[in-house]
Amino acid sequence: MSQFVYLSFDGLSRGAVYAAFALALVLIWRAARIVNFAQGAMAVAAVYAAYSVTAATGSYWLGFVVAIVAGLVLGVTVERVVMRFVDHSSPLNGVVVALGLVLVIQGVLGIVYGNEFRPVPTPFSRDAFEVGGVALLSRYDVFVFAAVGAVVLALTLLFTRTNVGLRMRAAAFAPDVSRLLGVPVGGMLTLGWALAAAAGSLAGILVIPTELGLHPTAMDGVFVAAFTAAVVGGLDSPIGAVAGGLVVGLLLSYVSGYLGATVAPMAVLLLLVVVLLGRPGGLFSTTTARTA
Amino acid sequence: MTRPSVRESRDAASDVPRGERPRSLRRLAPPAMILAGALVIVGLSFLLPPFRNYQLATVGAYFCVTGGLTVLTGLNGQLSLGHGALMATGAYTFALAQNRWLSLPVSLVAAIVVTTVAGLVIGLAAARLRGPYLAGLTLAVAVVVPSVTSTFDEIFNSDQGLSVALDPPPGTIPVEQWQAWLCWAGALLSTSLLAVLVRGRFGRDLRAVRDDETAARLAGVDVARTQVAAFVVSAACAGLSGALFAVLAQSVSPGAFPLTLSLFLLMAIVIGGLGSLAGALGGAFLLVALPTLAQAVAEGTGSPRLEGNLALVIFGVVLVVVMLAAPGGLASIRFRRRRTS
Amino acid sequence: MTSALLEVEGLTAGYGAAPVLHDVDLTVHPGEIVAVLGANGAGKTTLLRTLSGLVHGRGRITFDGTDLTGVRVERMVHRGIAHVPEGRGVVTELTVDENLRLGGLWRRDRADARRALDEVYDLFPPLAQRRAYAGHQLSGGERQMLALGRALVGRPRLLLLDEPSLGLAPRVTGQIMALLRDLRERTGLAVLLVEQNVRSALSVADAGVVLALGRVVARDRAAALSTDDDLRHAYLGF
Repeated sequence: MSQFVYLSFDGLSRGAVYAAFALALVLIWRAARIVNFAQGAMAVAAVYAAYSVTAATGSYWLGFVVAIVAGLVLGVTVERVVMRFVDHSSPLNGVVVALGLVLVIQGVLGIVYGNEFRPVPTPFSRDAFEVGGVALLSRYDVFVFAAVGAVVLALTLLFTRTNVGLRMRAAAFAPDVSRLLGVPVGGMLTLGWALAAAAGSLAGILVIPTELGLHPTAMDGVFVAAFTAAVVGGLDSPIGAVAGGLVVGLLLSYVSGYLGATVAPMAVLLLLVVVLLGRPGGLFSTTTARTA
Repeated sequence: MTRPSVRESRDAASDVPRGERPRSLRRLAPPAMILAGALVIVGLSFLLPPFRNYQLATVGAYFCVTGGLTVLTGLNGQLSLGHGALMATGAYTFALAQNRWLSLPVSLVAAIVVTTVAGLVIGLAAARLRGPYLAGLTLAVAVVVPSVTSTFDEIFNSDQGLSVALDPPPGTIPVEQWQAWLCWAGALLSTSLLAVLVRGRFGRDLRAVRDDETAARLAGVDVARTQVAAFVVSAACAGLSGALFAVLAQSVSPGAFPLTLSLFLLMAIVIGGLGSLAGALGGAFLLVALPTLAQAVAEGTGSPRLEGNLALVIFGVVLVVVMLAAPGGLASIRFRRRRTS
Repeated sequence: MTSALLEVEGLTAGYGAAPVLHDVDLTVHPGEIVAVLGANGAGKTTLLRTLSGLVHGRGRITFDGTDLTGVRVERMVHRGIAHVPEGRGVVTELTVDENLRLGGLWRRDRADARRALDEVYDLFPPLAQRRAYAGHQLSGGERQMLALGRALVGRPRLLLLDEPSLGLAPRVTGQIMALLRDLRERTGLAVLLVEQNVRSALSVADAGVVLALGRVVARDRAAALSTDDDLRHAYLGF
């Protein structure tokens, strides 16, 4: 029982990270109809930037801020320099270009930083609190919940309560009509990429210290988990992405805890297959088509 | 008639060329192709020094899988990032069979059969998925390989992998030359079979499904069946390729089949010009030539970190530039091939 | 006669190689309602899309004395041109209120944008009752009101209106036409009205141009057009 409680909290903590990352995927999907397969690599790049700054200044928090800013900058750059020029007549085009970016980013990071795993510090202890002899969650888990919660809240407010959010939604749903109403659609798209990449970077800097460490391919597994989370929630649904993230986090935690850590990726694959084939459109939507 | 003609005009303007045939394949009958190819390879293998023969063999091994992937992605429009994992399936099957029975033909057949079954399973799922969903699923398959080898480590020996027992080459043939012959025998046989397949009705169905599923269905093509068949055929090629890589490396490990391998394969067929087997050959050549070039640069500049990584950057940049430069993306890459071949 | 609000000279436009419009001349004066008539495929929608910059064209387009060539689509509302596109362009995922707000977001004068929003709710009581409804929950007539109202929030001087009667009951079409006349009287709004429904268009318009295969084949006062039997038989089908 105590293990179950511990695994549940651990799973929710991981799930929060997947939720943030899945949310980033959903943001771009909604805005541009592209699943950003380069998101993991972009997040790793942002975390490397943070790593450099932390190493130079000794400040985790400065690095943290740099990671988010680097995410914003990368998002803008990728959209303005590359993705804007992708032909959208086939959904494969965007996927292939994003995969090309994965190679570029991972290669550049390998050249600059080398291909060894680098340990990344956490700002808070990862030792779990114990209540009545049962390990619950650590200070770091609390930090993760707070950070992801703040981002989800901020994005929700942005999209539902602000004029910019209204413009972004309109530009995503109906680009031509929005332009006729004076909405700078291109700018909104860039902003969407920037915000998504920043959310992805946040997920990166939260999750990488808890795994093997910093490496150009460090987010490959996280990408698959978060993609699964986004599919579970329905690629069009931000709320679904958050819920899906928590579901996948819990699943991974239970599987790792009871069956062994090496089984976890297979469990994710299984979940992905089951959802894709069994519940087209995700668990939280009524869509029936799976034809992007 | 309530719609003004604007829509029709717009469709006409963005019309994508359809129904091309890889005509280069039609010029040569497969037996002649095999014979000519075999002569060239055997001739080359006597001229080249051992290391070049090893590289020649590697091109052949890549050609198997890029040929198969061309049929799947180029002709049928299904994007797979799981072909690295399928190669791993072939390689591990080959290693296990070889270490038990030490019979090259048996092990090769086992590798192909097992990978074909794996391809059938993925293909059945893939036939119900499109675009980014299929890419995501096959990506998950690619990432799961180390997990499988670690979970069943008494069979696969986790990250260390397995060494592969191999008989020495017959007679006094140098091992690299033997590898070149072996890999190219596999490459020529498999791609010739592919060439025969895509020339006929199957090829027509593949392209019809790629260009317009609804139209294909109306024309009587069994869309799902065609897609599964494409996956199966292409998986068989990947299995053979994986087995040949096991022969080349004389070992198998998950590190030899990373996600980047699948991305490399994708790059190779895109640059080769999706949809033609000649392009698949070009792509296979690039897969060996570009890293060699990058390696030379890395050694020249004395920077160890460039090694491997420079090839990644080059592959990625080339892939992105080719995609952006071709108006219409993948479709126009195919179109260009048609007009030049 | 006052100086022209919109002046189009020698406009040629289309998608890709084959032009849809050939050498079109057109004038709209302030407060004037001009109907663009013609059969399916005559180029009416393309004409509106070219005027608002969605389609690239060659020729001269002058609005209020300034050249519109090269002005980006999203700047047209700033000039005073509102385009209600074919199919109305209601963003169905957004609520009525969000759709209407969208129409005024570009404006610097936030206070007046709010006033204009309230005026639209006064003008269309059904919309006021459905502020929180999503666009896809509205009837066709309500969507047309919403699209029209959203354009009016920007206080345009020229309204490009594409097939407002499409799919609507005659009674609702009549209401909308009456509203156009009323707006013209009260605010001096000029309208370029594309219509299949020739009768109702000519009932409200001051002048009309008839397009056939992308060329202007006739232009006259509305009253004259509706009594020209040859023209009616040849191009207007009634």
